[in-house]
Amino acid sequence: MAKSSAARKPAARSAGVSKAPISTQQSAISLDRIIHERLRLGIVSALAANDRLTFNDLKRLLQTTDGNLSVHARKLEDAQYISCDKSFDGRVPRTEYRLTAAGRRALEKYVAHMESIIKAVRE
Amino acid sequence: MTRAVEPIHAHAAENLRFIRDAMSRASEFTAVPGWGGVAMGATALVTAAVSGPPDNSRRWLLIWFADATVASAIGLAAMARKAQRSGTPLSAAAPARRFALAYLPPLVAGMILTAVFASLDLAVRLPGCWLLLYGTAVATGGALSVRIVPLMGISFMALGAAAFAAPAAWGHDFLAAGFGGLHVVFGWLIARRYGG
Repeated sequence: MAKSSAARKPAARSAGVSKAPISTQQSAISLDRIIHERLRLGIVSALAANDRLTFNDLKRLLQTTDGNLSVHARKLEDAQYISCDKSFDGRVPRTEYRLTAAGRRALEKYVAHMESIIKAVRE
Repeated sequence: MTRAVEPIHAHAAENLRFIRDAMSRASEFTAVPGWGGVAMGATALVTAAVSGPPDNSRRWLLIWFADATVASAIGLAAMARKAQRSGTPLSAAAPARRFALAYLPPLVAGMILTAVFASLDLAVRLPGCWLLLYGTAVATGGALSVRIVPLMGISFMALGAAAFAAPAAWGHDFLAAGFGGLHVVFGWLIARRYGG
């Protein structure tokens, strides 16, 4: 389900953001829906500030539930915005997430997109 | 069925604030230095060997004040470097303020109690006081950090309580175990799991 959701929106993912002001209508259409959702945006932003974070760290940092985090992290994984590494710390399972180059680019584009919307309205 | 519509630019501004805040909190979350902690621990081990058992002399106090100064400089530099590497400098107002509000009060209390203990010729009991209050500072300052940080604070507090119960002559051993050993062990764990 998550996979199909991610696969449905390749165009949205590669939303180009020009430096020139864009219309607000165009902005809404070309928005990257994958990271636009609040929790997914939080995950990507937190990983942009850290080399890697565990599932529990993200859960604590974003104050969310296991199920919620798991679903949204999976969507980001499917979109290849984050990578997941599962290992064992002694006998305890450990899930670590990292932001991929595509994820970092998507966040940068998203930020530029938001800035261009604000700029367009001001002008 | 009508719905209040938020202007798109207001939504965009709110999203940017959210990203900045999430990055800032995440950076603060793991800003505790790993290798910096190991270095702080190493200086404490040397200091404990040089100072010897606690006494009421000015020499003993000055040696540990010097170590506290060096360790603070190492810790601050390591935190700033780590935060800068992640692209969100510690000078960002909100995280710095949150950290200062949680971390500094127990340290200020420790400085005041140091002066009181020293003036009453109770400097031999300072190791317990320092470990207990430093542990409190780490536990409260690290309350919003990764789980290992408050755990380190609690370990310091336990060691401080034990130092009060133990003979005063063991004070430098407790300082070596706490400021030395705990910093090295937890610093290494933090560096391994969350980067330098």
